[in-house]
Amino acid sequence: MVWAGHTRRRGRPHQILVWSMGWTLLILLVVLTVVHGNPTVMVRTGSGPTVGFDQHPNSVPLGEDIQTTTEGESEVVEEVMTTGVLNPSHYPARRAATVVQHYLNTRYGSPYRWIFLSTVHSGSAEEVAEMGRKYQLALTMQEMISNVSGQCSAELFFPGGEGQSAPQVQASCEGLHQSNTTAQEEAFYQQHRTSNNLASGNNIPDSYGHVEPSMKPFWHLGGVASSFIMLRESNESTLYNMAQVANFTQLETEKDQLRFNYHVLLHEMISQEIIHWKLLVTWSPEQGVQVLQTELQPKCHHCEAPPNTTN
Amino acid sequence: MCVSMYSAVWSREETTERNYYTRYHNMSEITAWMEQMKRENPDVVSSMVYGQTYERRNITLLKIGLSSTVRKKAIWMDCGIHAREWIAPAFCQYFVREILRTYKTDTKVNEMMKNLDFYITPVLNVDGYIYSWHNESTRLWRKSRSPGTGGCTCYGTDLNRNFYANWGMVGVSTDCCSETYCGTKALSESEAWAVTDMLGKMREDILAFLTIHSYSQLILVPYGHPNISAPNYDELMEVGLGAAKAIKAVHGMDYTVGTSPDVLYANSGSSRDFARLIGIPLSFTFELRDKGEHGFELPEDQIQPTCEEAYAGAQHIITYTHDKAFYSYAATVTATLWTTLLAAWVSSAILL
Repeated sequence: MVWAGHTRRRGRPHQILVWSMGWTLLILLVVLTVVHGNPTVMVRTGSGPTVGFDQHPNSVPLGEDIQTTTEGESEVVEEVMTTGVLNPSHYPARRAATVVQHYLNTRYGSPYRWIFLSTVHSGSAEEVAEMGRKYQLALTMQEMISNVSGQCSAELFFPGGEGQSAPQVQASCEGLHQSNTTAQEEAFYQQHRTSNNLASGNNIPDSYGHVEPSMKPFWHLGGVASSFIMLRESNESTLYNMAQVANFTQLETEKDQLRFNYHVLLHEMISQEIIHWKLLVTWSPEQGVQVLQTELQPKCHHCEAPPNTTN
Repeated sequence: MCVSMYSAVWSREETTERNYYTRYHNMSEITAWMEQMKRENPDVVSSMVYGQTYERRNITLLKIGLSSTVRKKAIWMDCGIHAREWIAPAFCQYFVREILRTYKTDTKVNEMMKNLDFYITPVLNVDGYIYSWHNESTRLWRKSRSPGTGGCTCYGTDLNRNFYANWGMVGVSTDCCSETYCGTKALSESEAWAVTDMLGKMREDILAFLTIHSYSQLILVPYGHPNISAPNYDELMEVGLGAAKAIKAVHGMDYTVGTSPDVLYANSGSSRDFARLIGIPLSFTFELRDKGEHGFELPEDQIQPTCEEAYAGAQHIITYTHDKAFYSYAATVTATLWTTLLAAWVSSAILL
């Protein structure tokens, strides 16, 4: 490129060269602007359907390896169960880890100890020939009241085949149940074991997420008691949490155990259903939480009709 | 006495304003709040009714941006498609308040308000939201409030299974009593139709689509079908992970990023999938706090920290979207060539 300053000869060739370069640049700019649009308008890269995807948004790409069975009107895509090393942030590890959480609560939970999954570090799964699937997990669990965390290693087995059978869990944790709840539990136990003033409550948490301080131990107890059902009902296609204690009433103390009727609402994440259970629960500092009876409450369909409100 | 009266009034107003965004609000309060936002910010806020619910209520969005003579690009955000997820409308309100509070002083927010319009729907499923406020027993309602058909006595369709995006294929139920009932057909619900209609009209202009839910602390990218990948999956993951990092920096909360079938469950007919399918490149679902301890009934004292972190996450996505559009490679190249051309002409002028 020959620019001004290099030669002072004002010959025609120089003029032609500069003008032609200028025009080339101009043409390039015009082409670029037309192709890419105004600089303030985004190039929409990667938009539109995937390769092989039909124009019809509802269609499934041809040639894809999808296992489908037709059930009535809708197609069912079978979940292909992962084996081998699990991605800790993917759902198979998370669902299994939540089952471990339920198990730990049945073993160690109390009105002052309620355990939740904090992190999945690693996991693996394997088929156990014609019997089910076995998971191994490394987890961090957190005790919510004292804020203490513990490292846990767990092994769980989801039985396959016909008939609903509860998963089997083995877990050992370090540091988790070291929170000293003895004093609080003892005080709570002594306060409520005599029949003067039987406790009761409802809608815990309330619609605004609020729990009265005096209701918190009963809330925790409801959560721990729910863990018995959640553990029993869990499989690889479920993820349970307790949504709310609808109500609870304390019954007469029997055999040194505090006794309660609980009505709890469980949230099952995959179906998004709210499932109502009634439980007969006992607790003492020595015996821990026990669930003596469980009763599934049917969903109330007629309850769904519009209320007579003006809004 | 004058001084004490003044301080009483001042502190009540300040308390009201400061406490407003740390409480949940019913539909009439939110409607009144939308009017207040328009009244207080007439230059930048307008509203638009873009559809009707089953029970014939308005579906309203706020359009927020500095006015312009040229057509502007847009960001879409909707909250409350599932009635019981109360933290979502609370976040939409917080988001609106935050951009209105900062656009005059924050140069980046100002720039984005200049170049973009924000279309924000604080409550999409108005009927469901109102129903969830009725009493304690209706608090956990999820779906719309249209009645069942064909002899089914239950109410409601899952609006986030009703969109024309692989409708009815996976993660849905055909039982009208189910919480994931996808409807008699795609867009059977007027609420889903309203969004579809708006997105269809604006599809050339929308750069990013955010739909806000709770709970689980996730950022979900398209698609809900396990065997279909978005063409810009890598970009979506990169931006999503950036948003999660921004969220964590606020209060240390972990949000997991991935497609719904990877990190949660497979599903079809979602609004996020529909947005991606019609060509909106950056389409995300936010699932806000918590991870199950309170679930849908998140305590009011967690509204503020949840909104702060979600705002950081949303801003990450919006900033990326904005900068990609207005600082793109093409623009840089074009600018460079213009500069070069100018230099050439100047030089030739000197030559001659």
